Amino acid sequence: MSRNGPLALAFHALFIVFMLAPILIVCAVAFTPEGYLSFPTRGLSLRWFKAIARYPEFVTAFWTSIWLGLVSSAIALGLSVPAALAIARHDFRGREAITALFMSPLMIPHVVLGIAFLRFFTQIGLGNTFLGLALAHIVVVFPFALRLTLASAIGTDRAIEQAAVSLGSSDWVVFRRITLPLIMPGVMSGWALAFIQSFDEVTMTVFIAAPGTETLPVRMFLYIQDNIDPLVTSVSAAVIALTTVLLIVLDRVYGLDRLLIGRGSEEG
Amino acid sequence: MTQAAASQQMIPERRQLAPYLLTLPALLLFVGIVLVPIAMTVLLSFHDWGQYKGIEPVLILKNWREVASDGYFHEMFLRTFRIALLVTLLTAALGAPEAYILSRMRAPWRGIFLLVVLGPLLISVVARTLGWALLFGGSSGVVNKALINLGLISAPLPFMFTETGVVVALTHVLMPFMVLAVWAALQQLDPQIENAAASLGAGQATILRRIVLPQIVPGVLSGAIIVFALAASAFATPAIIGGRRLKVAATLAYDEFLNTLNWPLGAAVATLLLVALIAIVVGSNRLVERRYAEVFR
Repeated sequence: MSRNGPLALAFHALFIVFMLAPILIVCAVAFTPEGYLSFPTRGLSLRWFKAIARYPEFVTAFWTSIWLGLVSSAIALGLSVPAALAIARHDFRGREAITALFMSPLMIPHVVLGIAFLRFFTQIGLGNTFLGLALAHIVVVFPFALRLTLASAIGTDRAIEQAAVSLGSSDWVVFRRITLPLIMPGVMSGWALAFIQSFDEVTMTVFIAAPGTETLPVRMFLYIQDNIDPLVTSVSAAVIALTTVLLIVLDRVYGLDRLLIGRGSEEG
Repeated sequence: MTQAAASQQMIPERRQLAPYLLTLPALLLFVGIVLVPIAMTVLLSFHDWGQYKGIEPVLILKNWREVASDGYFHEMFLRTFRIALLVTLLTAALGAPEAYILSRMRAPWRGIFLLVVLGPLLISVVARTLGWALLFGGSSGVVNKALINLGLISAPLPFMFTETGVVVALTHVLMPFMVLAVWAALQQLDPQIENAAASLGAGQATILRRIVLPQIVPGVLSGAIIVFALAASAFATPAIIGGRRLKVAATLAYDEFLNTLNWPLGAAVATLLLVALIAIVVGSNRLVERRYAEVFR
């Protein structure tokens, strides 16, 4: 029994249809046996999923995205853990300014970041390189990594660390044996969120990715600009399926609302 | 002196340096890869450009004059902010009630629907926009068929390559941010206050208006600020749904950079977008904070 009235539930049903419709139609159209876009389709077929393998551009772009996501989220996490510990535990001059700077990629439109990176990387000779792409992605996913590590660093019980110190542990041992395990849930969720953000990023990446370093969303975007056919639909359906699995795992492990609250990012 | 005493004496001095050392790697990266490139972009907007001579590193106001005087840019910026405003209003009008309904749901449903509503946030925006392109898809699109079958319209509405289509798709794309912001505000709400109001004889409508609404307004406002900023700088959705002709600030800047190759002009558009958004976001944040600081005093 719900405490919501019938009117509220009707609104809720329409709202859910609105949220799911575009995602479901992509998945439905992807299974078409026809050679063109059709909905509703007669029968189901995996034809267009099999076709993906014949388009190396999508396959290459997929692996670029995976590598980029893994590299940039791992480095962002590596940088965010010490930064989070500093911000959570020390009251130092410039603390607010430094935190604001670290969070700034959430405020700066990604189109502006894309332009800035394009100009900067071309000037210093990093244009069209994986290194440039990785540096840009580290910066863009850093706020997500920092927020979650920060949240768990603030939440840890410092008494345990003080006990270890009083028993003669060195700083490094305290960090490795006590602090890191304590903040691990936040670190892992931050890593997952950072990976997804990197994997989905399109607006900034479209400026700095060139043939050879194109990521999957960029490849999909450029493809859709030319034409929409069942192929790009099946690629999208595959991406949706992959993300949904990750999403459900994240929700189970950390709670989606907890993971996302307070965030703001490039979208659209 | 015991070891503990020794280490305690050392803490203040170490503490001075430790936070800087810990933040240093990330700080270097951000100064090098964020601040310097942004400064270079602002500088770029003052450079000259010609079809044959390329970018000339001089300091002139040519691009800024062009953006300020050309009606094309006025129309484009007006469209950008009109779309952003409409999307903000729509997400607030639909997202706030939905968040409230979600918060009143029971155990399994609440979690499931929260996942359904917030989950799309993590799904590629290109895939979601493709979904809207498929739904709109010309006069035979699913949305038009449904609207005609429901008797709401008699002739198909144009959604592709129109502002209406961009607004609908962007509302979907950014909706989770609004629900999330209101949801966060609702989590702070003490259900006992609602119960107290009910026990004192307040009806459902009164509780909603006098108790719930005032408490979630800060959530709605902070959601609105996020949604507005993201809608005004949205790129993929307006590019796919709006097509090549219906330009907004982000797609225009993209065109200048990758098609026309007039980078200085593109940089001017991007700088203006950045400055306008920072002014709007910081300004409205201040307003919200001041207003609610007074309320809670």
